Amino acid sequence: MSGKSILKRLDWLSIIIYVALVGIGWINIYSSTFTDTDPSIINFASLHGKQLFFFGVSIVTIIIILALEANFFERFSSLFYVISMALLLGLFVFGKTIAGATSWYNLGFFNLQPSEIAKVATALALAKYLSDIQTDIKRKKDQIFAVGIILLPALLIIPQPDPGSALVFFALMFVIFREGLPLYYLVIGLLTILVFITTLMFGTIWIVIFLGLVIALFFLLKKKTFKIPVFPLTIIIAATILFSLSVNFVFNNVFEQRHRDRFGLWLRLEKDPKKLDQIRKTIGYNTYQSEKAIESGGFFGKGFLEGTRTKGDFVPEQHTDYIFSTVGEEWGFIGTATVILLFTILFLRLVYLAERQKNPFARMYGYGVISILFIHYFINIGMVIGVLPTIGIPLPFFSYGGSGLLFFTILLFIFLKLDSNRLKEGI
Amino acid sequence: MKKILLSSIILIIGIVFIGRLSYLQIFSFSPDQVLEDPAIKAIYDYPERGYIYDRNGKLLVGNDPAYDVMVIPREVKPLDTLMFCNLIGLDKDTFIKKLKKARVYSPRLPSVLVPQLSKEDYAKLQEKMRHFEGFYIQKRSLRYYDTKSAANVLGYISEVNERDLAENPYYVQGELKGRTGVEKTYEDTLRGKKGVQYIQKDRFNRDIGPYKDGALDTPPEQGKEISITIDKNLQEYGELLMHGKRGGIVAIEPSSGEILSMISGPTYDPSLLVGRKRSKNYTKLYNDSIANPTWDRTLLAEPSPGSPFKTLNALIALQEGAITPDTKIMCYHGFYVGKTKRGCHCGGGLRDLHVGIYKSCNAYFAGAFRKIYDKFDTTDEAMDVWEKHMRSFGLGGYLGSDLHTGRPGRIPSKEYYDKWYGDNRWSSSYIISNSIGQGEIAVTPIQLANMTAAIANRGYYYTPHILKKVNGKDITIPRFTEMKHTTIDRKHFEPVIEGMADVYHKGTARWLQIPDIEIAGKTGTVENYTIIDGVKTQLTDHSLFVAFAPVNNPKIAIAVYIENGYYGSRYAGHIASLMIEKYIKGEITRKDMEKRMLEKTLDHEYAKPYSGEEFKINEYVW
Repeated sequence: MSGKSILKRLDWLSIIIYVALVGIGWINIYSSTFTDTDPSIINFASLHGKQLFFFGVSIVTIIIILALEANFFERFSSLFYVISMALLLGLFVFGKTIAGATSWYNLGFFNLQPSEIAKVATALALAKYLSDIQTDIKRKKDQIFAVGIILLPALLIIPQPDPGSALVFFALMFVIFREGLPLYYLVIGLLTILVFITTLMFGTIWIVIFLGLVIALFFLLKKKTFKIPVFPLTIIIAATILFSLSVNFVFNNVFEQRHRDRFGLWLRLEKDPKKLDQIRKTIGYNTYQSEKAIESGGFFGKGFLEGTRTKGDFVPEQHTDYIFSTVGEEWGFIGTATVILLFTILFLRLVYLAERQKNPFARMYGYGVISILFIHYFINIGMVIGVLPTIGIPLPFFSYGGSGLLFFTILLFIFLKLDSNRLKEGI
Repeated sequence: MKKILLSSIILIIGIVFIGRLSYLQIFSFSPDQVLEDPAIKAIYDYPERGYIYDRNGKLLVGNDPAYDVMVIPREVKPLDTLMFCNLIGLDKDTFIKKLKKARVYSPRLPSVLVPQLSKEDYAKLQEKMRHFEGFYIQKRSLRYYDTKSAANVLGYISEVNERDLAENPYYVQGELKGRTGVEKTYEDTLRGKKGVQYIQKDRFNRDIGPYKDGALDTPPEQGKEISITIDKNLQEYGELLMHGKRGGIVAIEPSSGEILSMISGPTYDPSLLVGRKRSKNYTKLYNDSIANPTWDRTLLAEPSPGSPFKTLNALIALQEGAITPDTKIMCYHGFYVGKTKRGCHCGGGLRDLHVGIYKSCNAYFAGAFRKIYDKFDTTDEAMDVWEKHMRSFGLGGYLGSDLHTGRPGRIPSKEYYDKWYGDNRWSSSYIISNSIGQGEIAVTPIQLANMTAAIANRGYYYTPHILKKVNGKDITIPRFTEMKHTTIDRKHFEPVIEGMADVYHKGTARWLQIPDIEIAGKTGTVENYTIIDGVKTQLTDHSLFVAFAPVNNPKIAIAVYIENGYYGSRYAGHIASLMIEKYIKGEITRKDMEKRMLEKTLDHEYAKPYSGEEFKINEYVW
């Protein structure tokens, strides 16, 4: 088997989808940055030209990754992690500030965003730690350490401030769950979010009423022999109510107004339709415009380079975070559904690939890759189509941004390299 | 569980996203209308409104350039309000109010801030305009009138209002639209079609080039020039004659139905309703509810026709065989309806048709009218026949002309009288007034003129119309070029026309004869009433006259109606005579008569009901 060329061992389905996504993304970047005065495709001064250049760089990088030894990544993962954390720390001193966030190093010809590197490094490090023979995820100590690997970069990124990127790291929790972290943590997490939202929408009083109902039901239906765990139950109820009360306090005192506005808009906390409309057009301007652009595309779209709202730059940041609205306007439902489908197939394919790994490190890293890509996709598209509040993170392979494209590529292809190597491991 | 967790989430999110997208793009899909798309601006190119010429190619209406100050509220930047207000001639409060109103209409679409600047104001403003963002000057053309006459015929144009905007999506704020007259009827022809150019804008509202490379742009379509059937000279002359008189003159060319002139008195200078002074002047004219200059008496007044109507009754009686030209009827200086005597001024004696017409004998026509009814078994039958004949002359209904307004007049039907007197509870005696054109009959001056044209043609007419040519080509509209036949045979017209000719030779209009022109006509004197302080009060009779000339080759048929002008030959007869001479000869030989008509006014007559004092009517001196 070892004689087989690496080209034959690669998962070409993933690669084809990758190329398709980058290609569709580039077409839309071209459209949203296109001007009549400069229609040339290959012009490295233009944004779409730069993106094309970075695609070239990505291909070179892919070749390098595929040429490297497969265990190179596992062996040096701790080192990568340390370096990337150092780079994040270094930002506090040497960072370049763009749009209010100190997230970049100025390398002259392009700006490097170390949080992109940290995504790859953290996925590697987490896989390395969890696959270590001495790690037992059932142990509290190891659980805390694993979560710590995720939390560290997030904590370093939050003060930049770049809460969007920090949020991405929490997606790596999926890896830990996959490896055996009890699911009730996930249930507790989801319940916490539920309580948070319910409190904002209906107030603490409804939480109390709901809890009362649940307990009443519990007492009615319980078996006579069942001994009620009075103490833990009391703790849970007290904690829920306290948390619910604190939500209001945090929302009103810790959150900034713009965050309150975003949540207010997302959960439709403003009941007066006129005021709500006003908020949509001011605070929710980006989402409003992006929804309108997508709506105006209809089923078939307006056609390539025919998106009037795109051309008029009505959607801010359209070539970066809001690139999906260009798809919506110019390619219509056919275009948007195709993109969603491509992403979904890619993710499911990667899950399939991860599950077939014999090497736990490769499997865990695979899960890390999926988690990171998926959370970007989920938050970005959710925001653009108006089902999630505004959180500014890019759409993988799609959004304009050289370092973004490069590191999503690295993230993906390290896994494809590991996958191509899976049969060798067995020998 | 742990193995399928992530896959399930991926699938669920994919479904949620597709669901949301199908909601956005399929269910609430709202295609951007070009005009609603915030990214597209429409720039209009207004074609010049078509010129209007008279039947001989003389200019009546042309155009003058005018300049509107327009505003797009959301583009307005803070400005030196005081300086701007001075330049455009508004005070600050009005300016702020107008700006607010424009914003309410639409922050994105242009609204008119100041309409129709004069050339001088425009020159002053133009060089400073670039200081005021969000404002621009839109060039339009205003109407220019090469005559002080024919305001009622030509009509006027004014800015479209909210209702027009809602009714017809073609119009946008600030555009002009024909309101009355020819401007209204032929709005689409005269207006042309504005050109439009779509400009792609970015979110800072900067132009970034033509939208779709101009694929949707349309060039303006020129308004067409039209010639109307009015004779400018005759119209102007008629308006001079109408000086100080209220009423209407309608002259028609019998061989074509073309309206030669349509004079309503009092009238006004059409230039009054142009430009910024339009609305002030219009209010003034409109509020003059006594003289009512905006009320076109040629089309809207519905007096009883009086004696000219006798000619039609004569024709019907002949047609139905109720009389022959030789049938004689006795006039006892009047006639009896039951025991009541109704008077007649003809002098009394045995009358035949010929004398009956030229002496306008009431008794003769009352008798002839009864004879029509005696021919039939029931009054209902007779009434139906009579009504059918009357309607065939274009009476009692809308003419179907191309004038912007009109009234049907009234030819009563049997249903009308059944309702009035009860079924079968009336007879010819009840409606005898109809025989002499009084009673329930009502006709508009244009109907009267059309009826005269039908007599002149010996039995047919063309629907009166005002449009002669479009872009120099004669019209071919069937409803104007097809003959409408009356229900009276041609042979019955000659005796009636002979009588009408003798009206001029030895009858009621014998001193109105025009040298070298053979005229046929009929006078009319119509009693009328008004209500003063709740009391029905009789006023001086209306003076009516119908005539056509020359008798054997009619070139003009005319109806003149002068309110409170007393007997038919006094005002209406004189005016008809002068109008015919003017039209056929081009000049007036009877200067005395002309002078008298130009100078005489009826202002004293019109003042009577408002004097608050007792007054005499039908005074002989004049």
